[in-house]
Amino acid sequence: MKELMLGNKAIARGLYEAGCKVISSYPGTPSTEITEEAAKYDEIYCEWAPNEKVALEVAHGATLGGVRSATAMKHVGLNVAADPLFTISYQGLNAGLVICVADDPGMHSSQNEQDSRHYAEAAKVPMLEPSDSAECILFTKKAFELSEKYNTPVFIKTCTRVAHSQSVVEPGERVVPNQVPYVKDPTKVMMTANSRNAHIRVEQRTKDLIALAEDCEFNRVEMGDTSVGIITSSTSYQYAKEIFGEKASILKLGMIYPMPEKLIKDFASKVDKVIVLEELDPFIENHCRKLGLDVVGKETFPICGEFSQNLLKNCLAMEVPKTIRIEDEIPGRPPVMCAGCPHRGIFYVLKKHNVMVYGDIGCYTLGAIAPLNSMDLNVCMGASCSGLHGFNKAMGTEGEKHSVGVIGDSTFVHSGITGITDISYNMTNSTVIILDNSITGMTGHQQNPTTGKNLRGEPAGKVDLEALCKALGYRRVRVVDPYDMAEVETVLLEELEADEPSIIISRRPCVMIKGTVHKPPIKVDKDKCVGCKACMKIGCPAISVRNGKVEIDETLCIGCKVCSQMCKFKALPQNDEEEA
Amino acid sequence: MSTKNIMIVGVGGQGTLLASKMLGYVLLKQGYDVKVSEVHGMSQRGGSVVTYVRYGEKVYSPVIDKGEADIILSFEKLEAARWLEYLKPGGSMIINTQEMEPMPVITGAKIYPENLVEKMQAAGAKVDAKDFLALAIEAGSAKAVNIALMGRLSIYFPEISKEEWQDAIVANVPPKFLELNKKAFELGRNA
Repeated sequence: MKELMLGNKAIARGLYEAGCKVISSYPGTPSTEITEEAAKYDEIYCEWAPNEKVALEVAHGATLGGVRSATAMKHVGLNVAADPLFTISYQGLNAGLVICVADDPGMHSSQNEQDSRHYAEAAKVPMLEPSDSAECILFTKKAFELSEKYNTPVFIKTCTRVAHSQSVVEPGERVVPNQVPYVKDPTKVMMTANSRNAHIRVEQRTKDLIALAEDCEFNRVEMGDTSVGIITSSTSYQYAKEIFGEKASILKLGMIYPMPEKLIKDFASKVDKVIVLEELDPFIENHCRKLGLDVVGKETFPICGEFSQNLLKNCLAMEVPKTIRIEDEIPGRPPVMCAGCPHRGIFYVLKKHNVMVYGDIGCYTLGAIAPLNSMDLNVCMGASCSGLHGFNKAMGTEGEKHSVGVIGDSTFVHSGITGITDISYNMTNSTVIILDNSITGMTGHQQNPTTGKNLRGEPAGKVDLEALCKALGYRRVRVVDPYDMAEVETVLLEELEADEPSIIISRRPCVMIKGTVHKPPIKVDKDKCVGCKACMKIGCPAISVRNGKVEIDETLCIGCKVCSQMCKFKALPQNDEEEA
Repeated sequence: MSTKNIMIVGVGGQGTLLASKMLGYVLLKQGYDVKVSEVHGMSQRGGSVVTYVRYGEKVYSPVIDKGEADIILSFEKLEAARWLEYLKPGGSMIINTQEMEPMPVITGAKIYPENLVEKMQAAGAKVDAKDFLALAIEAGSAKAVNIALMGRLSIYFPEISKEEWQDAIVANVPPKFLELNKKAFELGRNA
């Protein structure tokens, strides 16, 4: 039966129908729902791994055990998984392995706009690129067949508009291949002669895959008017059809690596002019130029940002629709930390003491936004720890006494542990704050190794952060309640002052976790409120000022009373008893 | 038929995703090709959010661009103004008149513009503005504002029966909130 399905859910459906049995992933927008949706099928074992490198290794290990396996990650996650990727490409498999990677052109929820297609070429791993949900199911199933036939992992690559768009699909049945017996094979050890032979095999494999690309179901020519020929893939194909309909001929590439040669040359010979439409880097375009074709590409269309129909029409000097507008300036609505977010008080205290804050990846990146403005920079998962160490090596005591790294619980396990090990091993008196809110927040509340629950919410092993830090050489490990700003301030100043490395664990569950107990919303004593707006310095969305007095939005306030600690006039309740 | 475009805009956490899911469900049942495009992640933390719903014989692009929307369903007044440029001249703008101040307004850095409904009307939008939040509260929960707005949107589809919309509610909301949501739908539809 036909149904509307999210691209990510469709990939999960494809994994299910292909008989996939093991999925290990780390969450990352826009890839997260692939694993979450797959976990709804009891037939598939799904887990959240500590990071993408581990996840890929787990999935590969499962294929050695003889079952079809997969992993899903966002584009920057693939950087983390790159190490195993390149050698798994050589080593091969015992059953199909699919690596799902989701790019984020326009950076809706990412720190960079890298183009994952380069990894396919660099690691010599074939990559399929679906352009809607129906293709997400089909290509995912076909990816396993390719994987097994050519003994290679296969990428399913999407972007935000494929991953997070729903379109019409017709789900099929699950077919599970027989488990392949494990047989010891000494050539699987990737060293010297074995690796050299494996590389030769990989080069031949790529030649075989190019031959496949010349005539396969993934690459399709749609001949229309021959004055313009468009070579494209993914959502860019959808935009091309939207704009040109039958008024152009289209070569749609569903297999983006390796690309065909004859097919492209033949297509180009049948049209007057060739346009290459692709988001981000000139990947198809460079291939065409290598084939000696003169194409219209990135000199006309932008490398930065997402495409849309109007953007492409403007590039092609075509008419765009008329619009209406009003004159008023519309104030922006940036995302904010939720009312009651345990990160808020920490960032206020850091700002108050003008501390250099090396941030990391998660909800707490919002600590960079007004009015808190208290994050100096961030780079990638875990850099808050290692980057801080380097900063302090350069700055000496001046740095150590006035800087912190700030990292969430999930990000810490992902990539922070090695960084704090460098701090304790190579000895800077750095201070790292672990914001332990007992969940992976920004990606939509996934469990992680510190929460004591697995992907399905069942009891699981639990990393003891205090014991871990102590084992890594930290004598100063402090735990604070971020709702108690006086305590946070005292501990922060002590640890910045200390002449040895410190860890401060700020522990409070995310207020959005189901089951977190909230206190009733606070009430303002309007007689005492002088409208000084001190409470607004913490940037809580539940607080506003009307007619010179503070108002609390009762639908948002969860009674954390961080704002009360800002009030010198006792207009906000200072403790629970006072409120009652 | 040519592709029709509906945008659902609001503030992260207001329930826009459920509204788009329901709308997609109803349109698919009519036999249309449908695409629904959402943004997850960062913006869901109280930021401005938008969902594109497109339907017709064959839909290609998953997004709606400036000047293309036939209808914009806005969960908040400022968000309606923010996305006005996406409306076709003469297109319909359904607005929940609730005001939610964004952080730059809360901090006093910016002001929340006045008389937005009148200004949008004057600019050439067909504005249908009501306090749908009040209707949702009347139905039993402020959270049902999305369903109250869906009720209003339903009158823009004379070819689709009320029962078909109600089926979509049954299929997409938990049973224990069914009656409440049906009431919110009815109040929104008859607003």
